[in-house]
Amino acid sequence: MKALVWQGTTDIRCESVPDPAIEHERDAIIKVTSCAICGSDLHLYDHFMPGMKAGDVMGHESMGEVVEVGAAARKSLKVGDRVVIPFTIICGECEQCRRGNFSVCETTNRNKHLADKAFGHTTAGLFGYTHLTGGYAGGQAEYLRVPFADTTHIKVPEGVPDEKLLFLSDIFPTGWQAAVQCDIQPTDTVAIWGCGPVGQMTVRSAVLLGAERVIAIDRLPERLSMAKAGGAITINFEEESVVERLNELTGGKGPEKCIDAVGLEAHATGSVDSIYDRAKQAMMLETDRPHVLREMMYVCRPAGVLSIPGVYGGLLDKIPLGAVMNKGLTIRTGQTHVNRWTDDLLNRVLENQIDPSFVITHTEPLGSGPEMYKTFRDKQDGCIKVVLKPAMNGALHG
Amino acid sequence: MDDVVRRTALPGRSQSPHDKLARGLGYFSIALGVAEMVAPKAICKAAGVEGIENVVRGYGAREIATGAAILTSHNPEPWIWTRVAGDLADIATIATGLRQDNNSKGRSALTLAALAAVTIVDLACANGLNSEKASRKTAARDYSGRSGFPQGLQAARGAARDFKVPDDMRTPELLRPWT
Repeated sequence: MKALVWQGTTDIRCESVPDPAIEHERDAIIKVTSCAICGSDLHLYDHFMPGMKAGDVMGHESMGEVVEVGAAARKSLKVGDRVVIPFTIICGECEQCRRGNFSVCETTNRNKHLADKAFGHTTAGLFGYTHLTGGYAGGQAEYLRVPFADTTHIKVPEGVPDEKLLFLSDIFPTGWQAAVQCDIQPTDTVAIWGCGPVGQMTVRSAVLLGAERVIAIDRLPERLSMAKAGGAITINFEEESVVERLNELTGGKGPEKCIDAVGLEAHATGSVDSIYDRAKQAMMLETDRPHVLREMMYVCRPAGVLSIPGVYGGLLDKIPLGAVMNKGLTIRTGQTHVNRWTDDLLNRVLENQIDPSFVITHTEPLGSGPEMYKTFRDKQDGCIKVVLKPAMNGALHG
Repeated sequence: MDDVVRRTALPGRSQSPHDKLARGLGYFSIALGVAEMVAPKAICKAAGVEGIENVVRGYGAREIATGAAILTSHNPEPWIWTRVAGDLADIATIATGLRQDNNSKGRSALTLAALAAVTIVDLACANGLNSEKASRKTAARDYSGRSGFPQGLQAARGAARDFKVPDDMRTPELLRPWT
């Protein structure tokens, strides 16, 4: 089959790889109808995340049709079922899964020893996301093997376009969890750093959850225009001071809830501290560029909440924990517990409360995937979200 | 729209011609650096300058470090600019060989011409890499019609206010009046 394969830093290729096969009785194989490139795939493309090996198949946002089911997965799946695959592989049985903490499933990371060393304790296995999280082949491919398939799936109805459902795999529940864990009150101002795909979903989630005001921060006009369309007040950090503007909008008190939808690759020349971080990264003295964390720790209202869906990889420098401690801020973070939210979110899509397809700017055949990694990374062609179709020939734009 | 940064990757690849050129310059840097470290005397002779073998060795170390940075970085642009700065240092050094009493000034002139050519390639590469990235001045697609709310923005505001936030994600009651 064809698949997008990581071959080194910024080197993704569409190559022929062996077809996946059932390896365990809880496995299923799906024929991928749509998959997407996620912002966190760019951390692998740029090789900021450790644990990639040449030949790894990329992708963790996929959906399709079940074509083969292992014996133990037949209790909940059958051939022909239409499913979205969450990026977290979950057993559904361990203590964490029973609590709904699916992204830290204790069972599914088959490289548990590596995660134990890196993070202290293992997290869930993830599709196409380094050997630290299991080294599972990803879903930017014609077919995908789904381990623990009896629990690792979201069944979706026929008759609804892929584009409305695909993002249940990651960015929609990620934006939702980012807003939910802020415990938004009707009087809250919610500030969201980053208007990429997760930031866009977070804006919509905060609006649905009833925030009084949602403020979105970015530098690219097309991303800000999309955030504004979703109900946000926008701040272009290249044109004005984020801290001054946020204080101005909140009567000098700062936003109650701050959300980091940027993560470890904050714009490298966007601020003095990011230039400092970039220099330290080049000398391997720091792994991430935490400009957004610093800014929201500083500007958040005392007793407020910091929500961090943005991905961080390792060791960070010059974090103003004094501000966090003295202001009594609460930090909530983590990979998304996808299946905790998807029943509810699927209903909201089916009830036309939200249509997540608004974020798609490029639809391309799988074979164009390598080009689209660079287009997405360098924010060319107005790119915000790329959907890839293994069965497609020509490209669709907008 | 004319001012949107166009796609630049080569068909079927995740890199642009400038990315490929940068990698080539990275390998060139390392090869030249090794030559300067191993045979500085021969390099000096070829360039028409003598007695600066230690300087050439230092330049060799610079070339190797820059080349390695280009090949390992996800963003080679700043390292290509480092090469441009190095080119200027090389030109200033070799220009000392143009003095009238230097019998080898012809070789120095040829070396300067080669350095000028390399500098032009480096500049073209650095500028090309820079122009491939969207900036405030260049990216201007308008997505102002994409609310994502089929029933409109006003209907969406607070539509999920009845959602029950799980206990583990709620703000403690004592803090709630302050947030």
